[in-house]
Amino acid sequence: MVSKPHGGKLVRRIVAERTRERILSEQSEYPRVQIEHGRAIDIENIAHGVYSPLKGFLTSDDFGSVLDNMRLSNDLPWTIPIVLDVEKPNFDEGDAILLYYEDLPVARMHVEEIYTYDKKEFSVKVFKTDDPAHPGVARVMNMGDYLVGGEIELLNELPNPFAKYTLRPVETRVLFKELGWKTIVAFQTRNVPHLGHEYVQKAALTFVDGLFINPVLGRKKKGDYKDEVIIKAYEALFKHYYPKDSATLATVRYEMRYAGPREAIHHAIMRKNMGATHFIVGRDHAGVGDYYGPYEAWDLFDEFPDLGITPMFIREAFYCRKCGGMVNAKICPHGEEFHVHISGTKLRKMIMAGEQPPEYMMRPEVYEVVRSFENPFVE
Amino acid sequence: MMEMEEFVEVKIPKSLYDRIKERVEEAGFDSVDEYVTYVLREVLASLEEEEEEVFSEEEEEKVKERLRALGYLD
Repeated sequence: MVSKPHGGKLVRRIVAERTRERILSEQSEYPRVQIEHGRAIDIENIAHGVYSPLKGFLTSDDFGSVLDNMRLSNDLPWTIPIVLDVEKPNFDEGDAILLYYEDLPVARMHVEEIYTYDKKEFSVKVFKTDDPAHPGVARVMNMGDYLVGGEIELLNELPNPFAKYTLRPVETRVLFKELGWKTIVAFQTRNVPHLGHEYVQKAALTFVDGLFINPVLGRKKKGDYKDEVIIKAYEALFKHYYPKDSATLATVRYEMRYAGPREAIHHAIMRKNMGATHFIVGRDHAGVGDYYGPYEAWDLFDEFPDLGITPMFIREAFYCRKCGGMVNAKICPHGEEFHVHISGTKLRKMIMAGEQPPEYMMRPEVYEVVRSFENPFVE
Repeated sequence: MMEMEEFVEVKIPKSLYDRIKERVEEAGFDSVDEYVTYVLREVLASLEEEEEEVFSEEEEEKVKERLRALGYLD
């Protein structure tokens, strides 16, 4: 049996077609609010149940509870504030408003509450720092001064160049059921796969029925792999090295917060909603720079015995020249002089220099895909 | 810095409290409060998760069709 949705029920906030047409025909009657791309993605995730049990953006009770207790006000684990900020509201509590991304009406929102907040407190509690060099902190500092809480209804999806690969929780749940998987381990990634990733994924798959690789697509930093490169690289890996009946690949659109341990819990909740029963928590999961300890996220899972998805803590894999294969620190008796750590940064440098990484770092089929792109990296 | 969560008091029979107290240490908890909170969260989570999700057969069939069209299902 796949995981029950977080909070018990999968949220779906998509208006019926006739209602949608009526709302769109009455657009001019609603206050219009412009939102940025990341918030529009949040709306899609709320509407499709990726963020179940959220039905909209947090009101102040839930916001305060998430900051202070890492739980919603009903005590359900929730670590990342999903909030909508505005500079200055042109509407009141009780109003219905339309949220636009560029010229696209994305959602109708029923404004329950408009409230102020402390950006420094937000940053320190969620990111454990108020250093503006942290990308999550920088974003918070650029947010509007007011937060708006209330339920949303999806009117339009954003254009999605990867619609074919984007599965919603309703779809992943049916997929897992049809495949006959009762236990599913999810792996979150933003990278082209190397042997270290493959080792961790396959080690986890040993203990469950199915492996669900779920790359996050969305806004990237300069130097990151482009979305299409990640997808094509995984397709090559699946074709040559993964058992067809126990591994699948689908993407999710999501804006990374880089909140380290707190975000690891959030990533697990998203995959629980997609039906996964287990979640691989990586080294420095959702981290950036050195704001979090490499295994700090592992410890935070201890505080959530009621999370409803089982974390799998698999140590970083490296190649040992003495063992002649991929191992981790727990199972390898040899010294550091035999170990070759696979660093994403090092691989990127090799690829940029036109140098093929050795096979114990990256599968040749994956390298072929990466090099087939004129520029596989975000500029 | 994490702020302290707000707490409320709940009354339970003394005999039950004493029985829990005996088990607290061996269960790996520091206090009866901590143990009771853990147990109640577990019980509530399992009750809440017993709610069945409802998909109509028609909806499920549509999803299967899309999954087949995308190559996820044969």
